[in-house]
Amino acid sequence: MAIIETKNLTYTYGQGTPFQKTAVENINIAIKQGEFIGVIGHTGSGKSTLIQQLNGLLRPTSGTVLLNGKDIWEDPKKIRSVRFKVGMVFQYPEHQLFEETVLKDIAFGPGNMGLGKDEILKRARAAAEFVGLKEELLEKSPFELSGGEKRRVAIAGVIAMDPDVLILDEPTAGLDPRGRDVLLSQIVTYHKTRHNTILLVSHSMEDIARTADRVLVMNAGHAAMFDTTENVFACDRELEKMGLRVPQITKIMAVLKAKGYPVGTALTVEQALKELIPLLGKGNRNHD
Amino acid sequence: MIRDITLGQYIPGKSFIHRLDPRVKIIITFVYIVFIFVASNFEGLLTMSVLILGILLLSGVPLSQYFKSLKAILFVVIFTSVLNLFYGSGNVLWSWGGIQITSGGVANAVFVTIRIISLILFSSVLTFTTSPTELTDALERIMKPLKLLHVKVHEIAMMMTIALRFVPTLLEETDKIMSAQKARGADMESGGLMQRIRALIPILIPLFVSSFRRAYDLAMAMECRCYHGGEGRTKMKVLHATSLDAVAVVVSMVVCAAVVACNLYFPAVLH
Repeated sequence: MAIIETKNLTYTYGQGTPFQKTAVENINIAIKQGEFIGVIGHTGSGKSTLIQQLNGLLRPTSGTVLLNGKDIWEDPKKIRSVRFKVGMVFQYPEHQLFEETVLKDIAFGPGNMGLGKDEILKRARAAAEFVGLKEELLEKSPFELSGGEKRRVAIAGVIAMDPDVLILDEPTAGLDPRGRDVLLSQIVTYHKTRHNTILLVSHSMEDIARTADRVLVMNAGHAAMFDTTENVFACDRELEKMGLRVPQITKIMAVLKAKGYPVGTALTVEQALKELIPLLGKGNRNHD
Repeated sequence: MIRDITLGQYIPGKSFIHRLDPRVKIIITFVYIVFIFVASNFEGLLTMSVLILGILLLSGVPLSQYFKSLKAILFVVIFTSVLNLFYGSGNVLWSWGGIQITSGGVANAVFVTIRIISLILFSSVLTFTTSPTELTDALERIMKPLKLLHVKVHEIAMMMTIALRFVPTLLEETDKIMSAQKARGADMESGGLMQRIRALIPILIPLFVSSFRRAYDLAMAMECRCYHGGEGRTKMKVLHATSLDAVAVVVSMVVCAAVVACNLYFPAVLH
């Protein structure tokens, strides 16, 4: 059964005013438990509006969001419990830190869940470890940390709630290349250990290609594609029309194939390597 | 949602009111606000209200925008008018224990309500039809004589420009931070007064931090463009008063004179 499902989901900003604008229109998607979903789309395509409806931060203008088969807005008073199950990490989440110490800040989410004190601290420490925060940082003020460390604290703050579904809105934006790689592989490890469902919104096609099982492509408020990563990145012309592109390595492989080289497709550099090495070997032998 | 607050937001247009010299607009608004309080009876106040209604229609700004700015202060209006119900004398209409409502009290309440609503509508006209830059430009010009008293007029005007410029930005930021904390289960809709105040901490602290960050960034950006204060700085748009402004001034003077006349001929409502 799908863990999250949307039915005819539509959201209109400023309804009934001259500034009325439909940001998301008639979205029908179903996400299975344990999947890693990549969400891509041009700026203003409705990605953020869509994901904010999945955890009840925005209430759909029409249509429903089903969590484990139940409408999340069935009882509006219980919407907070939905937010604990569907964790959401916003863009630049380091801007939301406020506590005196890192540990306290991570514990804010679990604290709101009404857990016991020991359980809260246990979860906060576990979450800090998951995102690779060193023990000695936990008692520091979050405002003393570096940008990358702050980002980790903020992500840990959501992970500490142990959500069934974790939504990350561009978690690697503004980090240096190494920080990006480390954070991304930590998210993948987290996914593999906890077997929960992850939605990753990103502008980096390389990141999506490396991590996602399936990709949702948003365009002008509609779900333009929702298919396996291979199938989505096979449509490079359609993606380019939407202001997106395929990963560079995928493009290179496609060009090689068009020139008559016997290569398959590849989403990551590692896959491409496997395709290309035998080819090089053959080349060498010919020269010998 | 917090973004719906419209108080102090410019709505571009080409109406008569939009085209008035901002200096004239500021002075007229100031004088009108004084006269809203000078008017001591319904006749005078209604003269002002009719004028304000005319100006609202002339401004070409959708009336729904004005209603929105009223909605923001609805509580203040209700609070003061209810408070005023219990003041004043005259025929007793209703009494319970020591509390009584009199015809004078009702008149007071209605009077004060009209006064506040006129006040808000009028100041909304100024901010809806004048861009923040025009506004501070005009203020700088009006305050120029204060330079003789060593008041830093340009700096004050610049600070106001920046403050006004960042109102929408800060609202947006507040909205974002609120969403982020709600996503972590922050509860802002229930609980007693103390609990609600405490619930604001996770929003206010990040907001302060980001305001300081923005201030540093802005200061840096201004210095990079060689900003050094008002000395020798020229204006891209020099303000000129036109015949339109003359019309506005004459009409205003007539209305103010009418209010004074009403005050002399009719009895005052408030005692």
